[in-house]
Amino acid sequence: MAEMIGILEGREGQVYEKRQDGPEIDIACDTKSLSGSVSQRACVFCGSRVVLYPVADAIHIVHGPIGCAAYTWDIRGAVSSGPELHRLSFSTDLQEMDVIYGGEKKLYRSLVELIDQYQPNAAFIYSTCIIGLIGDDIDAVCKKVAKEKGIPVMPVHSEGFKGTKKDGYKAACSALMKLIGTGPTEGISKYSINILGEFNLAGEAWIIREYYEKMGIEVVATMTGDGRIDAIRRSHGASLNVVQCSGSMTSLAKDMEEKYGIPYIRVSYFGFEDMSKSLYDVAALFPDRPEIMKRAKEIVRDEIRKYYPEMQKFKAALTGKKAAIYVGGAFKTFSLIKALRTIGMSVVLAGSQTGNKDDYRRLKEMCQEGTVIVDDSNPVELSKFVLEKEADLLIGGVKERPIAFKLGVGFCDHNHERKIPLAGFVGMYNFAKEVYESVMSPVWQFAPRKGGLR
Amino acid sequence: MTTAAPAATTAKAATQNACKLCNPLGACLAFRGIEKCVPFLHGSQGCATYIRRYLISHYKEPIDIASSNFNEETAVFGGSHNLKLGLKNVTQQYRPEVIGIATTCLSETIGDDVPMILREYAAMMGSEGPMPTMIFASTPSYSGTHIDGFHAAVLSAVRTLAEEGPKRNLVNIFPGMVSPADIRYLKEILNAFGIPFVLLPDYSQTLDGGPWAEYHRIPPGGTPTSAIATTGSAAESIEFGSTLEAGKSAAGYLEAKFGVPRHHLPLPIGIKSSDRFFAALEQLTGKPMPEIYEDERRRLVDAYADGHKYVFGQRAILYGEEDLVIPMAAFLREIGVLPVLCASGGKSGLMKKRLLELVPDMEELGIKVREGLDFVDIEKEADELQPDLLIGNSKGFAMSKRHQLPLIRIGFPIHDRFGGQRLHHLGYRGTQELFDRIVNTVIEQRQNASPIGYTYM
Repeated sequence: MAEMIGILEGREGQVYEKRQDGPEIDIACDTKSLSGSVSQRACVFCGSRVVLYPVADAIHIVHGPIGCAAYTWDIRGAVSSGPELHRLSFSTDLQEMDVIYGGEKKLYRSLVELIDQYQPNAAFIYSTCIIGLIGDDIDAVCKKVAKEKGIPVMPVHSEGFKGTKKDGYKAACSALMKLIGTGPTEGISKYSINILGEFNLAGEAWIIREYYEKMGIEVVATMTGDGRIDAIRRSHGASLNVVQCSGSMTSLAKDMEEKYGIPYIRVSYFGFEDMSKSLYDVAALFPDRPEIMKRAKEIVRDEIRKYYPEMQKFKAALTGKKAAIYVGGAFKTFSLIKALRTIGMSVVLAGSQTGNKDDYRRLKEMCQEGTVIVDDSNPVELSKFVLEKEADLLIGGVKERPIAFKLGVGFCDHNHERKIPLAGFVGMYNFAKEVYESVMSPVWQFAPRKGGLR
Repeated sequence: MTTAAPAATTAKAATQNACKLCNPLGACLAFRGIEKCVPFLHGSQGCATYIRRYLISHYKEPIDIASSNFNEETAVFGGSHNLKLGLKNVTQQYRPEVIGIATTCLSETIGDDVPMILREYAAMMGSEGPMPTMIFASTPSYSGTHIDGFHAAVLSAVRTLAEEGPKRNLVNIFPGMVSPADIRYLKEILNAFGIPFVLLPDYSQTLDGGPWAEYHRIPPGGTPTSAIATTGSAAESIEFGSTLEAGKSAAGYLEAKFGVPRHHLPLPIGIKSSDRFFAALEQLTGKPMPEIYEDERRRLVDAYADGHKYVFGQRAILYGEEDLVIPMAAFLREIGVLPVLCASGGKSGLMKKRLLELVPDMEELGIKVREGLDFVDIEKEADELQPDLLIGNSKGFAMSKRHQLPLIRIGFPIHDRFGGQRLHHLGYRGTQELFDRIVNTVIEQRQNASPIGYTYM
C-alpha cells in the first residue's frame, strides 16, 4: 500500500507548487543542506574539483585521506585533445600520524615527486576537510614548490565543510584568476571570446568552438573543457566572456570584467532555441563585422535543417509525455524546459541543487500550472513527486538514475558523467533520441507502476 | 611454518590511482545489509554523496546515506547539534528501525565523542516514543581501507544487538564484502543443509532487488535486528576473510563474549577452499553435502578437465582487497594459472602469511605479494612481469587498455560493465563462473589473434 510521504520539517520553504491564485514564489535557497536530509549535493571540494578537473595539462593533487581522490578519479566525461593528466588521481593519502603531526612534508614530497614524474604545466592542490582542522599551510608549500619547479602551483581552498558546492566553484575560480593575466596576449583578434563553464563532456566544447570559429570568431580559452594552462594564462586577451553553467563560472566572469574590463554574457548550448540564441547574442556584440551574424544565421539554418525531420519523429511519439528535471544548476533547467517543449513534452517537476531566488522566479514563469519547483531536494521528495505527477522521464545525474529505474520511469543523464554530447544542435538531436529511447522502451510494460503485465 | 617477511610496500610519497577506498564506504555498505537501516555519516555532505554515487555505479540501486552535514561552526564547536538534528530528521523522513552511524576523518579529527552524543540524544528523545536502534562504528578515513569500515560496522551491529541466551541450533555467517549473488548462494546452501542461520550483512535484496510499485523509504531486505540479537546464542560462527583478525571481527567478539566458537575460513573460492566450507557445514549439521552441491562440484571438476589446457601456464596479475586476492590466488593455482603478482591497496601485514597457508610453494613459484600498492605501482610491475591476464575490479581498466591485456572483472567496484552485483565468486557455482570466464577470455584472445578465424577453438 502506498504511504503518504511528507516534506521534512525545515524543508517546506524549499518546495513550491505553481497553482492559480497560489502564493508568490519565495524559495529558501542558497543555504546549507539540512542535517540528515540526504541531499543530492556534494561539498565544497566537489565544486572545486568539477570546475578545475578538465584542465588536462595540470596535475590535480588532493591533499587529505584517500577517499576524496578515490571517488573523483576519472569521474567526469571531460575529454582532452592532448594530454590527459586530469584523468589520473593523486592523493597525499594522509594517515593517522600525518593528521597528528601535520601533512605539509608529505604534501611537499608528493608535489615534487609528481611534478618530476609527470612534467605538468601547473599543479592544483585541493585541501580537504581535515586540512582545515590540522592547519597545514598549503599556500606556503605551493609557493615553495612553484619556485623550485618553475610552474604555477595553485592552492585550492576547498575544505568540504566550509560552505556549499558554490563556495567550491568560487575557490576554483580564484585559482583560475591567479593564472589569468600571466600569459602573452599578442596576436589575439579583436573578434575573440573565451568559452566559460563548458567542460567538454563527450567533446561538447569542440562542437561549440567549431560554431564560433565558423562565424569567424577566435576562441582564446575554454574554461575549463579541454583546458590548457597556457590558454588560461592569456585568456584576458579575449574581447568577450561567454558563460555557460552560470553557477560555476559567473564569478570568474565578473572578476575578469572588473580586472580586465572584459564584458560577459550568459548563454546555454542546450536545445535549438538557446543554442541559436547563444550564437546570435555573441554575433550581436561584434556589429562592426556583419558577416559574423550572417554566418551565425547560416549555421543555425543548416544545422536545424539537418536535424528537424528526425526531431519530428521523436516529437510525434513523445507529445504529451511528462518530464521531471533535477540537475545541479538552475540555468540548465531553463534550457531543458524549452528543449522538452520542442519534442512535445511538458515539465511536472523542476529543481536544482544550487539555484538562487532569481532562478526560481524565472523557473516559475516558464512552468505550467501544477509544476513543482524544488531546491536541494532529496531522493524521498524526488520519488514522491515523480510518482504523484506521473512523470514519464527523469532528467538528472547518476544519483537520480536508480530512483527513476526503480519506479519504472525513463531517464536521461544530463550530469557530468554523460558520454554522449548533449550540447549544440547535434546535442539536441542526441538528447531527443536518448529521451525517446528511454521513454518509449518496451521494458516499462513490466514495471509494477504500469500494471506489470500480471 | 615459515614466518614470512612483511610484504614490501610502496615507497612513493603520493598515492596515484588508489587501489583502495576509504573506511566509511565499507561501513555504509555493511549498514545497507541490516533490515530497515539507514546509513548515516557523521561528517561533510560530500562524503555521503560521493560514496552514494560510487556504490550506485556498481549496484544500480537507490542508496540513501544521510549526513550530519558539517559546517564551519560544527567543526569548531563539535558535531553534537548537527548529529542530533540529523538523527531526528532521518527518523522522521525514513522511519528506520536502525540508524547505522559511521564517522569520517572530519568528525574523528575534531574528536567528537559519538557514543556520548548518542546517549544524550536518547535521553533527549526518550519521552517521544520508541527510537531507532543506533549502531555506531568508528571509521576514520585516514586509517585502513573500506574493508576495515565494513568489518567495523558488522562488529558494531553485533556488539550493539547480540544477546546471551541458551544455545540454539543456529549458525552465524559473516561472509565479508561479497556480491549480492554470492550472499543469495550462501543462503541457498544453508537452507539446503536445513540449518537455521543468521547471515550478516545481507544486502542481497537491498542492493539487488526488484522494481517498486511505490516508493520505499528503505528498500526491503536485510538482516533483521531480531536475528542479529540471536547471534549471541548460536552454536557457531563461520567467518570468511583471511586477514580478518578475531579482535576486529564480529565472530571474534561473539566468541570472546558469549563463547560462540569462531570458525574462521578464507572466502570459499576454488575447489579446496569451497570444500573446507562445505566440510564445516557437514560437521556442524551432521549431514552430508546436499546432492545438488555434489553435482555442482562434479561439474566443476569436469570443467577443470575440459578447460585446463587453455589456461595452464597463463600468468595473471591479481589485485583488490586482500581477502579476495588470497583465495583467488589459491584458486588460480588449482587451475594452473600463475598469479605472478598478488597486490592490494590494503596493508594488514598478513597477506603473505595467509597466502603461504593456501599456496605453500608460493616462494618457489616466484609469486610476488605486495601490500599498500596503487595502480601506478601495479602497472610498473606489469611492465616487468609481462602477465597474460589482469584479474581484479574495474579500476584496472586503464592499465589493461594501455598494456593491451584482458581484464577479468571480479569483486568491487565494477563500474564499466553490467551486472557486477550478480557475479558469483563463491563456492562451486562461483568458481565455475570464474573458471568459465577465465577460459573464455583466453579463448577469445587466441581467436582474435589468429588470422585463420577458427570457429572451433
